[in-house]
Amino acid sequence: MKSEPKVRASLPEGLTPERLLEMYYYMVLTRTCDDRGFALNRQGKIPFAATCQGHEAIQVGAAFALRRGVDWLVPYYRDTCMALSFGVTPREQLMCLFARKGDIFSSGRQFPNHYSVPDRQIASISSIIAAHVTHAVGIALSIKMRKQPAVVLTSFGEGSTSEGEWHEALNFAGIHKVPIIFLCENNEYAISVHQSLQMGVKNVADRAAGYGFPGVICDGTDPVQSYETVRDAVERARSGGGPTLVEAKCYRAMSHTSDDNQLTYRTQDEIEAVKTRDPIPRFENWLKERGMLDDDTIAELKAKALRDVNDATDWAEAQEPPGERDLYTHVYGSGPLS
Amino acid sequence: MATKNLLEAVRETLHDAMASDERVFIMGEDVGARGNVFLITAGFQEEFGRERIIDTPLAEASIIGVAIGAAMAGLRPIAEIQFADFIYPAFNQIVGEAAKTRYRSAGGNTCPLVIRTPYGGGVRGALSHSVSIEALFYHVPGLRVLAPSTPADAKGLLTSAIADEDPVLFLEHKRTYRLIKGEVPEGRYTVPIGKADIARAGKDLSVITYGLMRHFAVEAAEKIAAEGIDAEVVDLRSIRPMDRETIVASATKTRRVLVVHEDNKFGGVGAEISAAIAEEALFELDAPIKRLCGPDVPAMGYAKEYEEAFMPSPDRIADAMRELARF
Repeated sequence: MKSEPKVRASLPEGLTPERLLEMYYYMVLTRTCDDRGFALNRQGKIPFAATCQGHEAIQVGAAFALRRGVDWLVPYYRDTCMALSFGVTPREQLMCLFARKGDIFSSGRQFPNHYSVPDRQIASISSIIAAHVTHAVGIALSIKMRKQPAVVLTSFGEGSTSEGEWHEALNFAGIHKVPIIFLCENNEYAISVHQSLQMGVKNVADRAAGYGFPGVICDGTDPVQSYETVRDAVERARSGGGPTLVEAKCYRAMSHTSDDNQLTYRTQDEIEAVKTRDPIPRFENWLKERGMLDDDTIAELKAKALRDVNDATDWAEAQEPPGERDLYTHVYGSGPLS
Repeated sequence: MATKNLLEAVRETLHDAMASDERVFIMGEDVGARGNVFLITAGFQEEFGRERIIDTPLAEASIIGVAIGAAMAGLRPIAEIQFADFIYPAFNQIVGEAAKTRYRSAGGNTCPLVIRTPYGGGVRGALSHSVSIEALFYHVPGLRVLAPSTPADAKGLLTSAIADEDPVLFLEHKRTYRLIKGEVPEGRYTVPIGKADIARAGKDLSVITYGLMRHFAVEAAEKIAAEGIDAEVVDLRSIRPMDRETIVASATKTRRVLVVHEDNKFGGVGAEISAAIAEEALFELDAPIKRLCGPDVPAMGYAKEYEEAFMPSPDRIADAMRELARF
């Protein structure tokens, strides 16, 4: 039984109760996948895992602001929730964690979370920070040249904004007013280096002024505010208004990756403090207060996520690894290697 | 067939590609209003519009990066780096990104991109308008590196490069732009990537080379023919992939090999040519492989004396041939 709503505010434009619950489910599913990755790493079954804990709200909000099958996503390696919310399945996600031959993103070649899903318009990235931001601008340029109704959303951490290629990308986008949303998921840390050692400005969004388009800030731990902020930027891009730089203030709940130990540069107190900002219980309360979610449904959805991730884990683990011959494929479309 | 210089051949090929395929567009510094610093794209912006002939900001990494994105989305960008010396800021985009796009996505994303750039010396270009960059890039799997030396090959290989499904670094020796003239086939004309050309057939020794040095080597070969030395000149045209078959066949036939390039000797393309011959035809040779290359200093200086001392000349190539023939 759902409890009587305590809050009767109208829903944000574009979001129905069903879509809000779907957003909640993707956040829970992502957390389950994320925890599974680290568990598999600790079990010695996969060599590496990267977390998005603390980023789920902005990622699901951004993905829901886009049109699947029309818009392009050029995400970065911390965007598990964005990818799952944009059509990547748990099985596809686990296949990349296990580096299986059938991993559709890279056939086991890249680190986890380096998505490439051409049929869903998710573009391939490398691990070279901010290089992909220029590619996203090129995709947006092609959309403008061909007068397509699509937009591009590309994401990155605040550390990326120190890279020259990041500046070049935003500069180009500002000149040509291409349909793009630059989404900075600012969790204050680039591995161990705090934002205060990356830039002299307080907000990444302030940098947009240098490129001639708006920079806006949202609470990246609030999925509804994140959705609304990105939706506005998407509408602006789609209607020919050009780029927007969105800065989502969020945090990183865990170490950078399974190979990092955040206690070498962060205090235990700080780590405990950020945990209180967990976007998932926060969104649960928001939905409960509006009568859209109750404890039974929460338990049901968490159980479903666990079933999905268990199925994906067992399935992916049983799949075939790449063979030696797979090393030599997809170097060129045709012709000799050298 | 009409006679054209190499610059005109490049210009005509770019024009044909722009006119016949809407996916093709050109981006680079000064390619629009100015029509490129050598006037290769003069008039293109008036004809094809500012959307397809894009004057970019002065930022080489994003010239390549934006072109990569457009290529991934299905267009056929031709990105220009104004001088090869300016390509270094884009090194990551070419080597780290374009060359690996297909591989890292297991064929899901591709990067059909042509990067054109003028390289090489002999025009008093000083330290930063004269370098050869092929050795920095031909090491990279996933890239193709082409260096045509004749107008016909420039047309044929550029047409092949634009049609190719993978990133191509297309090197145009700037000294050849107006110096080298030749007949160019009309209409669509392709030269296969990865095939060397026998610029001059001979039986006494082989010169393996490419770019401007092909012409210097042929000139040197004509000069020593009067002395009774019959030299073969092999023009690679394609540096990666490299036509090992033609190289080894020529070495086996003449039994003496001189490698000539303008780029620095150490770790240059000549090292790979020499290794290929050593691996496949060492015991066919009558003399050690000889290399005549640019010296191992950073680049040729502005003074005429530096430039002349740096670049192999027809006379120095002829001397090296004589020495090899005498061995």
